[in-house]
Amino acid sequence: MSQQKDWPLWEVFIRSKQGLDHKHVGSLHAADAEMAIQNARDVYTRRMEGVSIWVVESKHIHASNPDEAAAFFDPANDKVYRHPTFYEVPAEIKNM
Amino acid sequence: MDLHHTPTPAGQEYLPEKRALLLDYTLQLADTSLILGHRLSEWCGHGPILEQDLAMANIALDLIGETRSLYQYAAELEGQSRTEDDLAYLREAVHYKNPLLVEQPNGDFAHTILRQFLFDGYHFLLLQQLQNSPDQRLAAIAAKSFKEASYHLKWSSEWVIRLGDGTEESKARLLKAMDHLWMFSGELFLMTETEQQLAQAGIIPDSASLLPQWEAHVAKVFAEATLEVPQNVFMQKGGKIGRHSEHLGYILTELQYLQRAYPGLEW
Repeated sequence: MSQQKDWPLWEVFIRSKQGLDHKHVGSLHAADAEMAIQNARDVYTRRMEGVSIWVVESKHIHASNPDEAAAFFDPANDKVYRHPTFYEVPAEIKNM
Repeated sequence: MDLHHTPTPAGQEYLPEKRALLLDYTLQLADTSLILGHRLSEWCGHGPILEQDLAMANIALDLIGETRSLYQYAAELEGQSRTEDDLAYLREAVHYKNPLLVEQPNGDFAHTILRQFLFDGYHFLLLQQLQNSPDQRLAAIAAKSFKEASYHLKWSSEWVIRLGDGTEESKARLLKAMDHLWMFSGELFLMTETEQQLAQAGIIPDSASLLPQWEAHVAKVFAEATLEVPQNVFMQKGGKIGRHSEHLGYILTELQYLQRAYPGLEW
C-alpha cells in the first residue's frame, strides 16, 4: 500500500457503446497509462459497461474555479433568448 | 446450432476407449483451471491495491467459468450419475490431474504473478490450438476461454516486466519466486499417455510442440524485465498423473469442506 500513494491518479472515461460519447466514470491509481487502462478494464468494465476506455492523468485536467462560479455561470441565467424557442416550427416538420 | 435435431449425448461419436481418454483429458484441464482459480481467489480482499485485487478476482472467475464448462462436459462423457459438483467437490487428491505449478502457494504478489505468467503462456497457446479440435465441445470451450486467456497473458506479462525492471525489492522477490517456480514449468509441456494418444488422433494439440513458442514469449518478456531465463533446472513432474505436492491436500480440504460436511448442500 505504501507504493500506491506514489502512483498518480487517473480519470477514467468509458464509451458504453459505439456512437455514444465517452463518459467520466471515476478515477483510479496506476503507475502509467498502460496500467491505468488495464486497471480501468478490471474495475469499470466487468459488467459489460464499455467498448472503449480513455484514461487521462488527473493533473492534466484543468477545472473551472468553484469560487468563480457566480461570475462564470450566473450571467446565463436571464438570457433565456439564447434557447432556440422563440420561433415557430412549421407544422410540416415533425421531429424537432 | 441445428434446432431440428435433439442433440446426441456428449461423446457418443467416440468408441468407449477414446471416450475414456477424452474424459481423462477434460478432467486434467478442468482440475488445472479449478485449482489455479481457487489459488487466485485466495487473494480476494488481500490484493496489494484495490485494482489488482479485482484483477485477480476477475481472472479467478474466468478460470472457474472455464472449469465449470469442462466439468459439465466431463460429467456427460462419463455418462454416470456424477455432476460437475461431484467432480469438483468429491474426488480425492490422487485423482486430481492438475500440473504441480498451479497448486503452488500464492506466496507474495511476485510469486503469484510469476506462477500466473508461466501458466498463462501455456494456457494461451493450448487454447489457441484447441479451438481447432475436431471435438466440438472442447473447441467451443477453448474459443470462449481463449479471449480471457489472452488478457490474462497480457496482464501477467506486464507485471513480470514491471516487477523485474522495477525496484531492487521487486526484482529480488521475483528472482526468489523464480527459484521456487521455474522447476514446475516443464510439466506443462510434458505429455501424459492420454495426451499422447489424443494428440496422435488429432483431437488435441501436441503440447510438447507448444514449448518453443512458449520459450520465445518468456525470453522476450524476461529480456524486457531484465531477467535471465534459468538454465539447466531439474524439472518436477507428477501432478498430471495424480502425484501431488502436499499443498493440494490443503487446498481440497478447504475447497471441499462444505460438501463433505453437508453432502448435497445448495444455496
